[in-house]
Amino acid sequence: MNLLEIQDITESYQAENGEIAALDHISFTMERGEFLSIVGPSGCGKSTLLSIIAGLLPPSSGRILLDGREVTGVDPRIGYMLQKDNLLEWRTIWKNVLLGLELRRRLDEESLDRARVLLRSYGLWEFREKYPSQLSGGMRQRAALIRTLATSPEVLLLDEAFSALDYQTRLEVTDDVYRILRREEITTLMVTHDIPESISMGDRVLILTGRPAGVRELLPIDLGPGRTPLSCRDDPRFSRYFNHIWKELKPNGTQ
Amino acid sequence: MERNETGALSPQRREYLRRRERRRRQILAWQWGLLIALVALWELLARAGVIDSFILSQPSRVWRTWGNLIATGELWLHLWTTVYETLAGFLLGVLFGVGLAILLWWSDFVAKVSEPYLVVLNSLPKIALGPVIIILVGAGTKAIVFMALAISLIVTVLEMLGGFRRTDPDAIRMARTFGATKAQIFRKIVFPSSLGALFGSLKINIGLSLVGVIAGEFLVSKAGLGYLIVYGGQVFKLDLVMASVIILSAVAALMYQGVALLQKLAGHH
Repeated sequence: MNLLEIQDITESYQAENGEIAALDHISFTMERGEFLSIVGPSGCGKSTLLSIIAGLLPPSSGRILLDGREVTGVDPRIGYMLQKDNLLEWRTIWKNVLLGLELRRRLDEESLDRARVLLRSYGLWEFREKYPSQLSGGMRQRAALIRTLATSPEVLLLDEAFSALDYQTRLEVTDDVYRILRREEITTLMVTHDIPESISMGDRVLILTGRPAGVRELLPIDLGPGRTPLSCRDDPRFSRYFNHIWKELKPNGTQ
Repeated sequence: MERNETGALSPQRREYLRRRERRRRQILAWQWGLLIALVALWELLARAGVIDSFILSQPSRVWRTWGNLIATGELWLHLWTTVYETLAGFLLGVLFGVGLAILLWWSDFVAKVSEPYLVVLNSLPKIALGPVIIILVGAGTKAIVFMALAISLIVTVLEMLGGFRRTDPDAIRMARTFGATKAQIFRKIVFPSSLGALFGSLKINIGLSLVGVIAGEFLVSKAGLGYLIVYGGQVFKLDLVMASVIILSAVAALMYQGVALLQKLAGHH
Protein backbone atom coordinates (compact mmCIF):
# COMPACT_ATOMS: atom_id res chain seq x y z
CA MET A 1 0.00 0.00 0.00
CA ASN A 2 1.14 3.51 -0.69
CA LEU A 3 2.31 5.48 2.34
CA LEU A 4 2.21 8.93 0.81
CA GLU A 5 -0.15 10.06 -1.93
CA ILE A 6 0.20 13.43 -3.59
CA GLN A 7 -3.06 14.06 -5.44
CA ASP A 8 -3.30 16.74 -8.10
CA ILE A 9 -1.51 19.54 -6.24
CA THR A 10 -1.76 23.00 -7.78
CA GLU A 11 -0.33 26.14 -6.25
CA SER A 12 -0.48 29.73 -7.32
CA TYR A 13 0.18 32.76 -5.21
CA GLN A 14 -0.65 36.44 -5.36
CA ALA A 15 2.09 39.00 -5.94
CA GLU A 16 1.94 42.78 -6.51
CA ASN A 17 2.10 42.35 -10.28
CA GLY A 18 -0.28 39.46 -10.67
CA GLU A 19 -0.90 35.83 -9.96
CA ILE A 20 2.05 33.46 -10.21
CA ALA A 21 1.49 29.76 -10.96
CA ALA A 22 4.07 27.64 -9.14
CA LEU A 23 2.82 24.04 -9.31
CA ASP A 24 0.70 22.51 -12.02
CA HIS A 25 -1.36 19.39 -11.19
CA ILE A 26 1.35 17.34 -9.51
CA SER A 27 0.49 13.76 -8.56
CA PHE A 28 2.68 10.87 -7.43
CA THR A 29 2.77 8.19 -4.74
CA MET A 30 5.45 6.80 -2.48
CA GLU A 31 5.81 3.39 -0.89
CA ARG A 32 6.87 2.88 2.70
CA GLY A 33 10.66 2.98 3.05
CA GLU A 34 11.21 4.42 -0.40
CA PHE A 35 13.70 7.18 -1.19
CA LEU A 36 12.44 9.61 -3.83
CA SER A 37 14.62 12.41 -5.24
CA ILE A 38 13.04 15.43 -6.84
CA VAL A 39 15.00 17.43 -9.42
CA GLY A 40 13.87 20.29 -11.59
CA PRO A 41 15.13 23.43 -13.31
CA SER A 42 16.18 26.07 -10.76
CA GLY A 43 13.31 28.20 -9.51
CA CYS A 44 10.69 25.74 -10.76
CA GLY A 45 8.95 25.42 -7.40
CA LYS A 46 10.59 22.30 -5.92
CA SER A 47 10.82 23.86 -2.49
CA THR A 48 7.23 25.12 -2.71
CA LEU A 49 6.12 21.52 -3.26
CA LEU A 50 8.03 20.41 -0.17
CA SER A 51 6.59 23.27 1.92
CA ILE A 52 3.10 22.13 0.91
CA ILE A 53 3.77 18.51 1.83
CA ALA A 54 5.26 19.71 5.14
CA GLY A 55 2.01 21.57 5.79
CA LEU A 56 3.72 24.97 6.01
CA LEU A 57 1.81 26.22 2.98
CA PRO A 58 -1.75 25.28 2.00
CA PRO A 59 -2.10 24.15 -1.64
CA SER A 60 -4.48 26.07 -3.92
CA SER A 61 -6.05 22.73 -4.79
CA GLY A 62 -5.33 19.03 -4.39
CA ARG A 63 -4.79 16.74 -1.41
CA ILE A 64 -1.98 14.97 0.40
CA LEU A 65 -2.75 11.62 2.01
CA LEU A 66 -0.45 9.97 4.51
CA ASP A 67 -1.43 6.41 5.38
CA GLY A 68 -4.86 7.18 3.95
CA ARG A 69 -5.41 10.24 6.15
CA GLU A 70 -5.34 13.73 4.76
CA VAL A 71 -2.50 16.02 5.86
CA THR A 72 -3.71 19.44 6.96
CA GLY A 73 -1.16 21.76 8.51
CA VAL A 74 2.12 20.77 10.12
CA ASP A 75 1.83 17.05 10.79
CA PRO A 76 3.81 15.21 13.49
CA ARG A 77 4.15 12.25 11.13
CA ILE A 78 6.24 14.36 8.75
CA GLY A 79 9.77 15.59 9.50
CA TYR A 80 11.37 18.37 7.50
CA MET A 81 15.05 19.19 7.18
CA LEU A 82 16.16 22.49 5.74
CA GLN A 83 19.27 23.53 3.86
CA LYS A 84 21.04 24.86 6.95
CA ASP A 85 21.32 22.77 10.12
CA ASN A 86 19.83 25.68 12.13
CA LEU A 87 21.29 24.38 15.36
CA LEU A 88 20.78 26.97 18.10
CA GLU A 89 24.20 28.24 19.18
CA TRP A 90 23.17 28.81 22.80
CA ARG A 91 22.04 25.23 23.31
CA THR A 92 24.24 22.18 23.76
CA ILE A 93 23.96 19.39 21.18
CA TRP A 94 21.78 17.42 23.61
CA LYS A 95 19.42 20.37 24.10
CA ASN A 96 19.40 21.01 20.34
CA VAL A 97 18.48 17.42 19.61
CA LEU A 98 15.57 17.70 22.06
CA LEU A 99 14.21 20.92 20.50
CA GLY A 100 11.78 19.18 18.14
CA LEU A 101 10.33 17.06 20.95
CA GLU A 102 10.14 20.13 23.16
CA LEU A 103 8.21 22.11 20.53
CA ARG A 104 5.85 19.17 19.98
CA ARG A 105 5.46 18.83 23.77
CA ARG A 106 6.57 15.22 23.72
CA LEU A 107 9.47 15.24 26.18
CA ASP A 108 8.64 11.91 27.83
CA GLU A 109 10.99 9.14 28.99
CA GLU A 110 10.36 7.13 25.83
CA SER A 111 11.38 9.88 23.42
CA LEU A 112 14.33 10.88 25.61
CA ASP A 113 15.51 7.27 25.36
CA ARG A 114 15.10 7.35 21.61
CA ALA A 115 17.16 10.54 21.41
CA ARG A 116 19.89 8.91 23.54
CA VAL A 117 19.93 5.81 21.34
CA LEU A 118 20.15 7.94 18.18
CA LEU A 119 23.04 10.00 19.58
CA ARG A 120 24.87 6.79 20.60
CA SER A 121 24.25 5.02 17.26
CA TYR A 122 25.40 7.94 15.18
CA GLY A 123 28.53 8.95 17.08
CA LEU A 124 27.40 12.13 18.76
CA TRP A 125 27.01 10.84 22.32
CA GLU A 126 30.46 12.07 23.43
CA PHE A 127 29.63 15.48 21.98
CA ARG A 128 26.26 15.93 23.66
CA GLU A 129 27.52 18.60 26.08
CA LYS A 130 29.36 20.53 23.35
CA TYR A 131 27.98 23.57 21.59
CA PRO A 132 27.27 23.57 17.83
CA SER A 133 30.23 25.88 17.09
CA GLN A 134 32.56 23.18 18.46
CA LEU A 135 31.40 20.62 15.87
CA SER A 136 32.35 20.09 12.22
CA GLY A 137 29.83 20.81 9.45
CA GLY A 138 29.16 17.10 8.93
CA MET A 139 28.52 16.47 12.62
CA ARG A 140 26.25 19.48 12.82
CA GLN A 141 24.16 18.14 9.93
CA ARG A 142 23.96 14.77 11.67
CA ALA A 143 22.79 16.47 14.88
CA ALA A 144 20.10 18.28 12.89
CA LEU A 145 18.99 14.95 11.39
CA ILE A 146 18.80 13.37 14.84
CA ARG A 147 16.74 16.35 16.05
CA THR A 148 14.18 15.45 13.38
CA LEU A 149 14.42 11.65 13.77
CA ALA A 150 13.93 11.97 17.55
CA THR A 151 10.33 13.00 16.84
CA SER A 152 9.83 9.61 15.03
CA PRO A 153 8.48 10.89 11.70
CA GLU A 154 7.13 8.41 9.14
CA VAL A 155 8.17 10.58 6.24
CA LEU A 156 11.23 12.78 6.03
CA LEU A 157 11.50 15.75 3.70
CA LEU A 158 15.00 16.95 2.79
CA ASP A 159 15.11 20.41 1.25
CA GLU A 160 18.54 20.81 -0.39
CA ALA A 161 19.72 19.59 2.98
CA PHE A 162 23.38 19.27 1.99
CA SER A 163 23.92 22.24 -0.30
CA ALA A 164 25.32 24.49 2.43
CA LEU A 165 28.26 22.09 2.96
CA ASP A 166 31.58 22.09 1.12
CA TYR A 167 32.02 19.33 -1.47
CA GLN A 168 34.16 16.97 0.62
CA THR A 169 31.86 17.16 3.65
CA ARG A 170 28.85 16.89 1.41
CA LEU A 171 29.83 13.50 -0.05
CA GLU A 172 30.60 12.27 3.44
CA VAL A 173 27.33 13.53 4.93
CA THR A 174 25.31 12.16 2.02
CA ASP A 175 26.69 8.68 2.68
CA ASP A 176 26.16 9.11 6.37
CA VAL A 177 22.56 10.31 6.12
CA TYR A 178 21.69 7.64 3.54
CA ARG A 179 22.96 4.91 5.86
CA ILE A 180 21.01 6.33 8.81
CA LEU A 181 17.77 6.70 6.85
CA ARG A 182 17.99 3.16 5.44
CA ARG A 183 18.68 1.75 8.88
CA GLU A 184 15.80 3.66 10.45
CA GLU A 185 13.59 2.72 7.46
CA ILE A 186 12.46 6.28 6.92
CA THR A 187 10.47 7.12 3.81
CA THR A 188 12.34 10.09 2.35
CA LEU A 189 11.54 12.78 -0.16
CA MET A 190 14.57 14.82 -1.13
CA VAL A 191 14.63 17.98 -3.22
CA THR A 192 17.99 18.74 -4.81
CA HIS A 193 19.49 20.61 -7.74
CA ASP A 194 22.41 18.22 -7.80
CA ILE A 195 21.75 15.50 -10.41
CA PRO A 196 24.43 13.03 -9.17
CA GLU A 197 23.07 13.39 -5.66
CA SER A 198 19.53 12.64 -6.84
CA ILE A 199 20.68 9.45 -8.60
CA SER A 200 23.05 8.28 -5.89
CA MET A 201 20.43 8.38 -3.15
CA GLY A 202 17.10 7.86 -4.89
CA ASP A 203 15.14 4.70 -5.59
CA ARG A 204 13.31 6.85 -8.08
CA VAL A 205 13.91 10.35 -9.41
CA LEU A 206 10.97 12.67 -10.01
CA ILE A 207 11.86 15.11 -12.77
CA LEU A 208 9.85 18.32 -12.80
CA THR A 209 9.28 20.70 -15.71
CA GLY A 210 10.04 24.44 -15.55
CA ARG A 211 7.65 26.84 -13.81
CA PRO A 212 4.81 26.16 -13.28
CA ALA A 213 6.26 22.82 -12.26
CA GLY A 214 4.56 19.64 -13.43
CA VAL A 215 5.71 16.02 -13.48
CA ARG A 216 7.88 15.33 -16.53
CA GLU A 217 9.01 11.85 -15.61
CA LEU A 218 9.30 9.42 -12.71
CA LEU A 219 12.54 7.57 -13.36
CA PRO A 220 13.24 4.33 -11.46
CA ILE A 221 16.92 3.98 -10.51
CA ASP A 222 18.35 0.49 -10.55
CA LEU A 223 21.94 0.39 -9.35
CA GLY A 224 21.79 -2.98 -7.68
CA PRO A 225 21.35 -3.90 -4.03
CA GLY A 226 23.70 -2.83 -1.24
CA ARG A 227 24.84 0.29 -2.98
CA THR A 228 25.95 3.40 -1.15
CA PRO A 229 25.75 6.93 -2.56
CA LEU A 230 29.55 6.96 -2.96
CA SER A 231 30.08 3.47 -4.43
CA CYS A 232 27.29 3.71 -6.98
CA ARG A 233 28.93 6.71 -8.62
CA ASP A 234 31.37 4.25 -10.28
CA ASP A 235 28.56 2.14 -11.80
CA PRO A 236 28.41 2.50 -15.62
CA ARG A 237 24.63 2.88 -15.36
CA PHE A 238 25.18 6.00 -13.24
CA SER A 239 26.34 8.17 -16.14
CA ARG A 240 23.50 6.89 -18.36
CA TYR A 241 21.00 8.07 -15.73
CA PHE A 242 22.90 11.32 -15.45
CA ASN A 243 22.75 12.01 -19.19
CA HIS A 244 19.08 11.09 -19.31
CA ILE A 245 18.12 13.48 -16.48
CA TRP A 246 20.41 16.18 -17.85
CA LYS A 247 18.58 16.06 -21.20
CA GLU A 248 15.18 16.02 -19.54
CA LEU A 249 16.01 19.11 -17.51
CA LYS A 250 16.94 21.23 -20.51
CA PRO A 251 14.12 23.35 -21.94
CA ASN A 252 12.29 21.18 -24.52
CA GLY A 253 14.59 18.45 -23.33
CA THR A 254 12.73 15.60 -25.05
CA GLN A 255 14.31 16.22 -28.43
CA MET B 1 47.51 28.92 24.63
CA GLU B 2 49.71 27.69 21.79
CA ARG B 3 52.49 25.40 22.99
CA ASN B 4 55.09 23.42 21.11
CA GLU B 5 55.43 19.67 21.49
CA THR B 6 57.54 19.62 24.66
CA GLY B 7 54.87 21.69 26.40
CA ALA B 8 57.22 24.67 26.91
CA LEU B 9 56.64 28.05 25.33
CA SER B 10 58.87 28.81 22.36
CA PRO B 11 61.18 31.84 22.71
CA GLN B 12 59.16 33.65 20.02
CA ARG B 13 55.95 33.00 21.92
CA ARG B 14 57.51 34.21 25.18
CA GLU B 15 58.78 37.36 23.46
CA TYR B 16 55.29 38.01 22.00
CA LEU B 17 53.56 37.56 25.38
CA ARG B 18 56.14 39.76 27.11
CA ARG B 19 55.65 42.53 24.58
CA ARG B 20 51.88 42.35 24.82
CA GLU B 21 52.03 42.55 28.63
CA ARG B 22 54.40 45.53 28.48
CA ARG B 23 52.06 47.38 26.15
CA ARG B 24 49.07 46.72 28.43
CA ARG B 25 50.99 48.16 31.40
CA GLN B 26 52.11 51.16 29.35
CA ILE B 27 48.51 52.04 28.47
CA LEU B 28 47.38 51.64 32.08
CA ALA B 29 50.27 53.78 33.36
CA TRP B 30 49.45 56.53 30.87
CA GLN B 31 45.77 56.46 31.78
CA TRP B 32 46.50 56.95 35.49
CA GLY B 33 49.41 59.31 34.86
CA LEU B 34 47.26 61.58 32.71
CA LEU B 35 44.57 61.76 35.41
CA ILE B 36 47.09 62.57 38.15
CA ALA B 37 48.84 65.15 35.96
CA LEU B 38 45.56 66.92 35.11
CA VAL B 39 44.49 67.07 38.75
CA ALA B 40 47.95 68.33 39.81
CA LEU B 41 47.95 70.94 37.03
CA TRP B 42 44.47 72.10 38.06
CA GLU B 43 45.60 72.49 41.68
CA LEU B 44 48.85 74.28 40.77
CA LEU B 45 47.21 76.72 38.33
CA ALA B 46 44.51 77.51 40.91
CA ARG B 47 47.14 78.14 43.63
CA ALA B 48 49.21 80.31 41.30
CA GLY B 49 46.06 82.30 40.55
CA VAL B 50 46.15 81.57 36.80
CA ILE B 51 42.60 80.13 36.93
CA ASP B 52 39.90 81.53 39.17
CA SER B 53 39.19 78.86 41.77
CA PHE B 54 35.93 80.60 42.70
CA ILE B 55 34.53 79.66 39.27
CA LEU B 56 36.46 76.48 38.42
CA SER B 57 37.07 75.29 41.96
CA GLN B 58 40.25 73.29 42.70
CA PRO B 59 41.05 69.71 43.79
CA SER B 60 41.88 70.53 47.41
CA ARG B 61 38.58 72.40 47.80
CA VAL B 62 36.65 69.58 46.14
CA TRP B 63 38.36 67.22 48.58
CA ARG B 64 37.28 69.38 51.52
CA THR B 65 33.71 69.58 50.20
CA TRP B 66 33.57 65.77 50.03
CA GLY B 67 34.82 65.65 53.62
CA ASN B 68 32.02 67.98 54.73
CA LEU B 69 29.38 66.04 52.79
CA ILE B 70 30.51 62.79 54.38
CA ALA B 71 30.76 64.31 57.86
CA THR B 72 27.20 65.64 57.75
CA GLY B 73 25.93 62.38 56.23
CA GLU B 74 24.46 64.34 53.31
CA LEU B 75 26.53 62.53 50.68
CA TRP B 76 24.80 59.19 51.21
CA LEU B 77 21.35 60.76 51.07
CA HIS B 78 22.02 62.48 47.74
CA LEU B 79 23.97 59.58 46.29
CA TRP B 80 21.33 57.01 47.26
CA THR B 81 18.49 59.23 45.96
CA THR B 82 20.06 59.51 42.52
CA VAL B 83 21.06 55.84 42.35
CA TYR B 84 17.63 54.71 43.54
CA GLU B 85 15.78 56.93 41.03
CA THR B 86 18.09 55.85 38.20
CA LEU B 87 17.66 52.14 38.93
CA ALA B 88 13.88 52.56 39.22
CA GLY B 89 13.69 54.41 35.88
CA PHE B 90 16.06 51.90 34.31
CA LEU B 91 14.13 48.81 35.45
CA LEU B 92 10.77 50.30 34.47
CA GLY B 93 12.21 51.35 31.09
CA VAL B 94 13.55 47.85 30.41
CA LEU B 95 10.36 46.16 31.59
CA PHE B 96 7.93 48.32 29.62
CA GLY B 97 10.32 48.68 26.68
CA VAL B 98 10.79 44.93 26.25
CA GLY B 99 7.04 44.39 26.83
CA LEU B 100 6.09 46.87 24.11
CA ALA B 101 8.71 45.43 21.77
CA ILE B 102 7.18 41.97 22.25
CA LEU B 103 3.75 43.38 21.42
CA LEU B 104 5.07 45.06 18.25
CA TRP B 105 6.90 41.86 17.22
CA TRP B 106 3.75 39.84 17.83
CA SER B 107 1.43 42.00 15.76
CA ASP B 108 2.80 43.32 12.51
CA PHE B 109 -0.35 45.42 12.16
CA VAL B 110 0.16 47.21 15.49
CA ALA B 111 3.83 47.72 14.55
CA LYS B 112 2.93 49.32 11.19
CA VAL B 113 0.29 51.58 12.82
CA SER B 114 2.63 52.77 15.58
CA GLU B 115 5.65 53.32 13.33
CA PRO B 116 5.17 57.10 12.73
CA TYR B 117 4.43 57.65 16.43
CA LEU B 118 7.61 55.85 17.42
CA VAL B 119 9.65 57.87 14.93
CA VAL B 120 8.31 61.19 16.29
CA LEU B 121 8.59 60.15 19.94
CA ASN B 122 12.10 58.90 19.37
CA SER B 123 13.34 62.20 17.96
CA LEU B 124 11.43 64.38 20.45
CA PRO B 125 13.69 65.68 23.26
CA LYS B 126 11.86 64.07 26.16
CA ILE B 127 12.99 66.81 28.57
CA ALA B 128 10.46 69.08 26.81
CA LEU B 129 7.80 66.88 28.41
CA GLY B 130 9.04 67.92 31.87
CA PRO B 131 6.21 70.34 32.72
CA VAL B 132 3.59 67.88 31.48
CA ILE B 133 5.08 65.09 33.58
CA ILE B 134 5.17 67.29 36.70
CA ILE B 135 1.52 68.25 36.30
CA LEU B 136 0.58 64.65 35.53
CA VAL B 137 2.30 62.79 38.37
CA GLY B 138 3.14 65.66 40.76
CA ALA B 139 6.46 67.26 41.64
CA GLY B 140 8.58 64.69 43.42
CA THR B 141 10.41 61.42 43.06
CA LYS B 142 7.68 60.07 40.82
CA ALA B 143 8.20 62.84 38.27
CA ILE B 144 11.95 62.16 38.25
CA VAL B 145 11.55 58.41 37.74
CA PHE B 146 8.97 59.15 35.07
CA MET B 147 11.45 61.38 33.27
CA ALA B 148 14.07 58.64 33.33
CA LEU B 149 11.47 56.22 31.97
CA ALA B 150 10.39 58.65 29.22
CA ILE B 151 13.98 59.03 28.02
CA SER B 152 14.88 55.33 27.99
CA LEU B 153 11.57 53.74 26.93
CA ILE B 154 11.41 54.40 23.17
CA VAL B 155 15.08 53.58 22.66
CA THR B 156 14.54 50.23 24.39
CA VAL B 157 11.48 49.48 22.27
CA LEU B 158 13.31 50.22 19.01
CA GLU B 159 16.50 48.44 20.04
CA MET B 160 14.67 45.28 21.18
CA LEU B 161 12.29 45.20 18.23
CA GLY B 162 15.31 45.48 15.94
CA GLY B 163 16.91 42.58 17.82
CA PHE B 164 13.77 40.42 17.55
CA ARG B 165 13.52 41.13 13.84
CA ARG B 166 17.13 40.23 13.18
CA THR B 167 16.40 36.64 14.30
CA ASP B 168 17.50 34.19 11.61
CA PRO B 169 14.34 33.48 9.54
CA ASP B 170 15.63 29.97 8.83
CA ALA B 171 15.72 29.20 12.57
CA ILE B 172 12.08 30.32 12.83
CA ARG B 173 11.20 28.20 9.80
CA MET B 174 12.92 25.22 11.40
CA ALA B 175 10.82 25.69 14.55
CA ARG B 176 7.67 25.93 12.41
CA THR B 177 8.45 22.57 10.81
CA PHE B 178 8.04 21.13 14.32
CA GLY B 179 4.63 22.78 14.61
CA ALA B 180 5.88 25.53 16.97
CA THR B 181 3.31 28.06 18.16
CA LYS B 182 4.09 31.78 18.02
CA ALA B 183 4.68 31.85 21.80
CA GLN B 184 7.10 28.91 21.48
CA ILE B 185 8.93 30.58 18.60
CA PHE B 186 9.34 33.69 20.74
CA ARG B 187 10.45 31.90 23.90
CA LYS B 188 12.77 29.35 22.35
CA ILE B 189 14.14 31.10 19.26
CA VAL B 190 13.55 34.85 19.06
CA PHE B 191 14.20 35.92 22.65
CA PRO B 192 17.34 33.82 23.29
CA SER B 193 18.84 34.99 19.99
CA SER B 194 18.17 38.63 20.98
CA LEU B 195 20.17 38.52 24.22
CA GLY B 196 22.94 40.52 22.54
CA ALA B 197 20.44 43.26 21.67
CA LEU B 198 19.05 43.12 25.21
CA PHE B 199 22.43 43.78 26.81
CA GLY B 200 23.22 46.42 24.19
CA SER B 201 20.03 48.21 25.14
CA LEU B 202 20.70 47.79 28.89
CA LYS B 203 24.07 49.49 28.43
CA ILE B 204 22.51 52.42 26.58
CA ASN B 205 19.61 52.61 29.02
CA ILE B 206 21.53 52.86 32.25
CA GLY B 207 23.20 56.01 30.85
CA LEU B 208 19.95 57.44 29.46
CA SER B 209 18.14 56.76 32.70
CA LEU B 210 20.81 58.74 34.56
CA VAL B 211 20.36 61.62 32.08
CA GLY B 212 16.63 61.54 32.79
CA VAL B 213 17.15 61.52 36.57
CA ILE B 214 19.57 64.45 36.52
CA ALA B 215 17.24 66.41 34.21
CA GLY B 216 14.34 65.57 36.54
CA GLU B 217 16.32 66.58 39.61
CA PHE B 218 17.14 69.90 37.92
CA LEU B 219 13.41 70.55 37.55
CA VAL B 220 11.97 69.25 40.81
CA SER B 221 13.81 67.80 43.75
CA LYS B 222 14.88 68.18 47.34
CA ALA B 223 17.69 65.65 47.14
CA GLY B 224 20.01 63.89 44.71
CA LEU B 225 23.22 64.73 42.85
CA GLY B 226 21.26 66.78 40.29
CA TYR B 227 19.76 68.76 43.15
CA LEU B 228 23.23 69.38 44.64
CA ILE B 229 24.52 70.62 41.28
CA VAL B 230 21.60 73.03 40.73
CA TYR B 231 21.68 74.19 44.35
CA GLY B 232 25.45 74.72 44.24
CA GLY B 233 25.07 76.77 41.06
CA GLN B 234 22.32 78.93 42.52
CA VAL B 235 24.28 79.88 45.66
CA PHE B 236 27.60 80.13 43.80
CA LYS B 237 29.17 77.20 45.64
CA LEU B 238 31.10 75.95 42.66
CA ASP B 239 33.08 73.58 44.87
CA LEU B 240 29.85 71.76 45.55
CA VAL B 241 29.01 71.65 41.82
CA MET B 242 32.43 70.24 40.91
CA ALA B 243 32.39 67.76 43.79
CA SER B 244 28.95 66.49 42.72
CA VAL B 245 29.84 66.29 39.02
CA ILE B 246 32.88 64.16 39.81
CA ILE B 247 30.79 61.83 42.01
CA LEU B 248 28.22 61.67 39.21
CA SER B 249 30.86 60.53 36.70
CA ALA B 250 31.94 57.80 39.11
CA VAL B 251 28.31 56.71 39.58
CA ALA B 252 27.74 56.61 35.81
CA ALA B 253 30.88 54.55 35.24
CA LEU B 254 30.04 52.11 38.06
CA MET B 255 26.48 51.56 36.81
CA TYR B 256 27.75 50.86 33.30
CA GLN B 257 30.30 48.43 34.69
CA GLY B 258 27.48 46.81 36.67
CA VAL B 259 25.56 46.07 33.47
CA ALA B 260 28.75 44.85 31.78
CA LEU B 261 29.32 42.49 34.72
CA LEU B 262 25.76 41.24 34.45
CA GLN B 263 26.38 40.48 30.78
CA LYS B 264 29.55 38.58 31.63
CA LEU B 265 27.66 36.53 34.22
CA ALA B 266 25.00 35.74 31.61
CA GLY B 267 27.81 34.40 29.43
CA HIS B 268 27.21 36.79 26.53
CA HIS B 269 29.98 38.95 25.14
